[in-house]
Amino acid sequence: MYPEPRVDRLIRENFVPVRIDVRGNSEGMEQFNVQWTPTIVLLGPDGKEHHRIEGFLDVDDFLAQLALGLGHIARAGQDWNSAAKWYDEVLARFPSTDAAPEAQYWRGVTRYKATNDPSALAATAAAFKDRYSDSTWAKKASVWGP
Amino acid sequence: MIDWRKDVDAALEEAEREERPVLLDFTAAPL
Repeated sequence: MYPEPRVDRLIRENFVPVRIDVRGNSEGMEQFNVQWTPTIVLLGPDGKEHHRIEGFLDVDDFLAQLALGLGHIARAGQDWNSAAKWYDEVLARFPSTDAAPEAQYWRGVTRYKATNDPSALAATAAAFKDRYSDSTWAKKASVWGP
Repeated sequence: MIDWRKDVDAALEEAEREERPVLLDFTAAPL
């Protein structure tokens, strides 16, 4: 996974990367409640967890999950522009991944939080009728619709 | 090449200082 140039670049440009060998390191696994490998835990600059990837993914799915996590971290820091940029990237570059409907949901939340305009949520619910309508995230967004 | 850190506490301090997110990769594969 890591020799893949896109993965290498995304991690180098956006994270402080840490590799933890779980063999003989039960303390580290307990500290972050890790039960299985591979597990990737994404923390904000304050050390709080915002996203977790458990199990193997192919390159596009992995990149999409990293971008989704960066969106979550930016959103938690109320950096709405950066959060929207990461969610948009998931939707534009990795529209067929499992991360995409989740990104569409949180993109709507980010718009609402940035503007306090409830129409952002209604627009997101409407968007789910056209795209990812069978996803769990469409069900979650359905309460925002008419 | 990714410059993997091995010390979690030092990485958390670095992240806070530089205001960057942290990626923790828990692996059983040889490092």
